[in-house]
Amino acid sequence: MPLLNVTGLSVTLSTADGAARAVRDMNFSLEKGETLGIVGESGCGKSITALALMGLLPERSETTGKIEFNGENLLQKPETEMCALRGNRMAMIFQEPMTSLNPVHTIGRQVMEPLRLHKNMTRAEAKAEAVRLLDRVGIPNPQERLGNYPHQLSGGQRQRVMIAMALSCSPDILIADEPTTALDVTIQDQILELIQSLVREEDMALILISHDLGVISENTDRIMVMYGGAAVETGPTETFFEALSHPYSQGLFAAMPKLGMGRTSRLMTIPGVVPDLINLPSGCTFTDRCPLATAECRNSAPPLRQLTAGHNVACYHLDKARTMKAEGLFA
Amino acid sequence: MNSSTSLSFLARCRRSRSFMVGGVMTGFLLVCAAVSLFWTPGSAYDISIANRFLPPSSTHWLGTDQFGRDIVSMLMTGTQNSIAVAVVAVSIGLAVGVSLGLLAAARRGWTEELIMRFSDFSFAFPAILSAIMITAILGPGGVNSILAIGLYNIPVFARLVRGTANAIWTREFVMAARASGKDRFRITFEHIMPNILSIIIVQATILFAIAILAEAALSYLGLGTQPPHPSWGRMLNEAQALMFLDPWQAIYPGIAIATAVFGLNLLGDGLRDVLDPRLSRKR
Ligand SMILES: Nc1ncnc2c1ncn2[C@@H]1O[C@H](COP(=O)(O)OP(=O)(O)O)[C@@H](O)[C@H]1O
Ligand SMILES: [Mg+2]
Repeated sequence: MPLLNVTGLSVTLSTADGAARAVRDMNFSLEKGETLGIVGESGCGKSITALALMGLLPERSETTGKIEFNGENLLQKPETEMCALRGNRMAMIFQEPMTSLNPVHTIGRQVMEPLRLHKNMTRAEAKAEAVRLLDRVGIPNPQERLGNYPHQLSGGQRQRVMIAMALSCSPDILIADEPTTALDVTIQDQILELIQSLVREEDMALILISHDLGVISENTDRIMVMYGGAAVETGPTETFFEALSHPYSQGLFAAMPKLGMGRTSRLMTIPGVVPDLINLPSGCTFTDRCPLATAECRNSAPPLRQLTAGHNVACYHLDKARTMKAEGLFA
Repeated sequence: MNSSTSLSFLARCRRSRSFMVGGVMTGFLLVCAAVSLFWTPGSAYDISIANRFLPPSSTHWLGTDQFGRDIVSMLMTGTQNSIAVAVVAVSIGLAVGVSLGLLAAARRGWTEELIMRFSDFSFAFPAILSAIMITAILGPGGVNSILAIGLYNIPVFARLVRGTANAIWTREFVMAARASGKDRFRITFEHIMPNILSIIIVQATILFAIAILAEAALSYLGLGTQPPHPSWGRMLNEAQALMFLDPWQAIYPGIAIATAVFGLNLLGDGLRDVLDPRLSRKR
């Protein structure tokens, strides 16, 4: 039995302009200790997927499908049981370390809280554990830092504190939603490495979400590319980068900063914008931006098809995409 | 306090002129009220026809009224009355209104809808008018006027708290707190409350001023504090007929009411600066 098994997950958000189909028919599973990267441009439904897993979607939303975690369907769990899971068996790190800590409470209090809440630790026990955790995530002088307020810490340090909080109860799964996007480039790698080493140490499963294929490439076992609220390509990270089958995956790859690339060279971006989730086009949602699109793509959405073991792609024109890859689809 | 400025709380108090002036005015009234509990220069109650309309003297600092009662003593006892009414009325508003506002923000959905429609309904009437309506239903008297003013304060607090709490609920640290497994009640007390406290305090100060004004108005209309207990509003009412004979009878309680309202508003303004420097800079 996998740790996490998501089947047919769909999320519809009601907005002022209408129903936005933010996530459509997602299927994936995650074993204990496995790391999955979810990648896609901004607005593809990555965060909504993560929030659905945590049961933290906005009130005005509808979720269908199944999210089985340790064999239990989270979508059928009452809120009190979800509270007991969150921060305890499943934890999440957010994009904005500058605003993810409560400005009126000390660092110490905030790191101690999950321990007091889920592990029933006494104040003294929680304090000792908080010092150990802060030290583990690389905060210098953790003892003194306990009394600091968030505004006294840098962005990188705050993200370290967030990581300490998320990992305090040794969850089975950690969801990191763009954990380094808001940080200085020089700190990004340190934070990713920290997450990576902690996850390995504790044999935790990790879902790492990023709009940057580069971040995902170095830190995951498997990868899932999302576009317009649905998965368009998924597979083992190595296979994925060898194949780069879906035109959108190729676009993301072309848009990724690469080693040895001069500072001045401009990054390619995929022309066009992500689809409007309220008025989704029929057929493949990437049609409008895809150089290979044909009438067939417009008429019906291609299903995910297996190419090799565990490697699935949703595209009608895989052969053409493969032959054109060398010269660059978006060149 | 979570100020990003390095100024300490006390230093910020001292730097805010509104806080200092408002604080002194409010403090003065508090002292008058407290002293009147066990000492007044004359009697605020004893009627003495022989001593009617006495001019200011060493025994009667501001003279006496048409019944020969000592005006300073009446003003002091009136202060105590105004403050007592306002404290109870604002406390009612705070206790019920803040709870309703927090509940609305935490539960959303129909709970919020219901609470807000109730607030809209009571908001349709101005403070004094709703107080008059309530005392008209409950009957005149001190306790009923407290209830009336308190009831008026409930939707004011409920609305303010619901609005600011909703804004805090959308903040990322609340999402992070939810992700760490806290339920709505815990989040309300640990994350929402501390972040809206300063706004509540400022609003309570302003509503305190409105409550004093409302109490004076109700008593002026004969719906509030009943004789023989002195109140600023009744003093105004009794002075009205004597406007041309002895205008000072109206001026003294008028000054008292103005001092209270002005002082408390200044204090509220100053508290805004002192408690939340980020708010004051934006204005
Ligand atoms: N609270 C919300 N209410 C309504 N729509 C939302 C909300 N949050 C996100 N969305 C919409 O859902 C879509 C997917 O958003 P999101 O999952 O945040 O994208 P990503 O994380 O991939 O950038 C976007 O179109 C966004 O506008
Ligand atoms: Mg996102």
